[in-house]
Amino acid sequence: MLFFIILIAGLIASFVLPWWVVAIISFLAALLIAKSSAHAFWSAFAAIFIVWVAMALFKSVPNNHILATRMAHVFPLGGHWLILLLITGIIGGLVAGMAAMSAHLIRRAAGKQ
Amino acid sequence: MKLTKAIISTLVTLLLIWALQTKHGDLPPLGKLLNPATGFWQNAESKNITANSSVKLKGLYGKIVIKYDENRIPHVFAENDHDLYFAQGYVTAADRLWQMDIQTRSASGRLSEIVGPKALELDRYHRRMGMVYGAENTLAECMKDPQVKEALEAYTAGVNAYIHNLPAKHYPLEFKLLDYAPEDFKPINCALVLKLMSETLAGGSDDFAMTNTLKLFGPKITNELFPDRAFKEEPVIPKGTKWNFKALPLPPASKGFIADMTDTIKTKPPVEGIGSNNWVVAGSRSANGYPILANDPHLDLSYPSIWYQIQLTAPGVNVYGVSIPGTPTVIIGYNQKIGWGVTNVDADVLDWYQVNFKDLSKNEYWYDGRWVPVKKRIEAIKIRGQATVYDTVLYTRQGPVVYQNASLKPSKLGAARIVPVGDALRWIAHDPSLEFKTFYLLNRGKNYDDYREALKYFSAPAQNFIFASVDKDIAITPNGKFPLKYRDQGKFILDGSDPADEWQGWIPPEQNPTVKNPAQGYLSSANQPSTDETYPYYINWRFASYQRAKRIDDRLGAMHKATADSLRALQNDNYSIFAQDILPTMIDGVDETKLDEKQKSVYRQIKNWNREYTAYNAGPTIFENWWANLYKAIWADDFAVKGALDVQLKWPSNYRTVQLLVTQQQSRWYDDTRTMGVETRDYLIQKTFEATVDSLYKHYGSPGKSWQWGVVKGSHISHLGKVEGLGSGEFDADGSGGVVNALSETHGPSWRMIVQFGPTVQGYGVFPGGESGNPGSFFYDNMFRTWKNGELNPLLFLQNPADQQKHITSTLTINNK
Repeated sequence: MLFFIILIAGLIASFVLPWWVVAIISFLAALLIAKSSAHAFWSAFAAIFIVWVAMALFKSVPNNHILATRMAHVFPLGGHWLILLLITGIIGGLVAGMAAMSAHLIRRAAGKQ
Repeated sequence: MKLTKAIISTLVTLLLIWALQTKHGDLPPLGKLLNPATGFWQNAESKNITANSSVKLKGLYGKIVIKYDENRIPHVFAENDHDLYFAQGYVTAADRLWQMDIQTRSASGRLSEIVGPKALELDRYHRRMGMVYGAENTLAECMKDPQVKEALEAYTAGVNAYIHNLPAKHYPLEFKLLDYAPEDFKPINCALVLKLMSETLAGGSDDFAMTNTLKLFGPKITNELFPDRAFKEEPVIPKGTKWNFKALPLPPASKGFIADMTDTIKTKPPVEGIGSNNWVVAGSRSANGYPILANDPHLDLSYPSIWYQIQLTAPGVNVYGVSIPGTPTVIIGYNQKIGWGVTNVDADVLDWYQVNFKDLSKNEYWYDGRWVPVKKRIEAIKIRGQATVYDTVLYTRQGPVVYQNASLKPSKLGAARIVPVGDALRWIAHDPSLEFKTFYLLNRGKNYDDYREALKYFSAPAQNFIFASVDKDIAITPNGKFPLKYRDQGKFILDGSDPADEWQGWIPPEQNPTVKNPAQGYLSSANQPSTDETYPYYINWRFASYQRAKRIDDRLGAMHKATADSLRALQNDNYSIFAQDILPTMIDGVDETKLDEKQKSVYRQIKNWNREYTAYNAGPTIFENWWANLYKAIWADDFAVKGALDVQLKWPSNYRTVQLLVTQQQSRWYDDTRTMGVETRDYLIQKTFEATVDSLYKHYGSPGKSWQWGVVKGSHISHLGKVEGLGSGEFDADGSGGVVNALSETHGPSWRMIVQFGPTVQGYGVFPGGESGNPGSFFYDNMFRTWKNGELNPLLFLQNPADQQKHITSTLTINNK
């Protein structure tokens, strides 16, 4: 449930709000319905990882990955765009996961569970 | 415990977001850059192109239709001049916004705003050289001319219309990498781009090194080693051309003044062969009886490409060619009636004046027998993450004192090397000028008279304007605003207190060297001296050597029934006149019996080399290394920095060295003053050959692919911001700076164009790269391979928006809002 809420809200919000809105969404969603720290972290991580990877692929596939390949030289990842895609997903997932976990820990500290 | 955990976790999350949102040194903010909603992924252009789109923008007088062809080259159709240049600004911004931004920032000394203190010295240099001062003067002049004013303002409005409708997620990639946002474009940016061209093409100077050389060797040797006429010449205006005007008298020479100074920066042997080619054959030599014109300007190649192809159509104008991002009009191109191209003249339009300040406060300086106050200009340089630096620049009547004391002169900035400390700069680029008018008129030109009229307005950087028309006229004019000087004025540093050392007016523009329809049936230029010694005025004492010009003229002189393809072949010609002139002497100087087996085999290879700079050949590698070693063996003892005497000197040119080797078996210059014995020419030739073979083996192993010229040269095109991964990478290619196909390691033909006149004109052209400046576009480097292979694309010259639809992939319509 938490996973789907973050997935859908994250996807919609990303089109209009700055990238770190995924942290706010994950935080709020986890504050309400996370079952544990691990549940909060991994649900948000997976949801935003998937959202970011899907959105990146949506732009990159019709581009034949020309830009992603160039950027994988800029960074330098030997031109392996897939690594760059994974890093993208992990960064988004990490921010979301940490925010969700923090939300759950705050809730627990406040004695609501 | 629970609370601590919650606090730590929250803090770590916030810290993570902050870290991903912030630029760390040169590392871009990763969260901003990598997120797929607004980061770099958004710059990935789809292969599916929208066929029709339209947009409504404010400030138009009519409707604009833009047809993009299969190379994404825009063909603009507007109903008036204003809308035409508005559209040019708009489409150029759409493809090249970052390039326009960074180039004008660089020219105006504002890079530190973006990249921080590491660019401070470069910014300071540009400010102190008076780039902004010059751009302001040029802009003021432009604003007095109604046509140019309209063009600049409309172009600027077009760029800004694009910027104002651009969401942050669509900012060009480099803005995201450097973490900044585009700012409004201003008319002065157009002038700054022009000043950048002057800096590249008319911003060099060896007055400082020449003055030091004069001091060290005295006038006799200096004149012997640095003559005003080269050993071999092939001037732009064919020898013997008559001057049908009454020349102004040359001003008298001032009493010589040699500035007293030393410097600590080491100099390098001269690099020759940076320049451009253009030529035209008359109808008498072409297959269809009409002229054919060719041009390939050589520049420091970069991605995004230096040039931007465009067709501009409105009532009274239909022109095709290349423009420079950041400026309106077509710079090199053609219309139905005429075509034109440019190469650099390299006139001496940059001089240094020794300033005698009254005291350390430097508020007054000595001029014409009295103390005159200096003018001060304060430059505010903003620096990212630091306080603004205020820099006061002193201006005398000649111009800015670039570095008034040695502590101001940066030791690591190569560009500042030519600046003599304490001297004022007199530079043509500071003067009010109206170059845009030249291009405005050429774009609309119909015949030879229009061409001559257009050239009158051109100041700098002076160019050899080549011309052909459907009327079967051909012409060439080394053209720009040339100061009226006494012979050799400005070869050395001048006296800032002596009015006789100032520029004494100008060569009348109609008396600039020019020639029309010569009997030989062709004309050409390749940065060599403009005229023979009969021209009554002084333009400069040194130019590029004649080697490319000679090869071009040799081939054009033998050409009959020429076609566009014969000229294309000539653009790709790799034969070295320089090797032809000097290699026989070098080969004869070697005593083969004294060589070991390895050396003998290399010797036979160089002896049999056909003097072509082809990629697969090892000949150029051997020759280039051998020549460099021989050159050094002759001059290094005299010109390398000696012990405590740390002086920047001018080294003799390659052709002065050829003259020495070919005409003199004995000379004091062959003797190495650092050794006991007396060295001779043949001794140096023999020893440098042996040393060359040794070093080639050492660097490249046994002869094989690693010796091949293409591999050794390692040509590559870098990204304008030097971002690794956004350039071309190294590629094997023919050519060298000294041959017609002037592709060196980093410099080369930045645009190749051929225009065949006839009942309908047909152009051919290509540049390395593509129309788009976006590394995520299919059109970022789609023309590279065609260019590298020496081929040209037929250029699509539309007569109306409905013309040749099969080549059109998309249409953009712009209406007034």
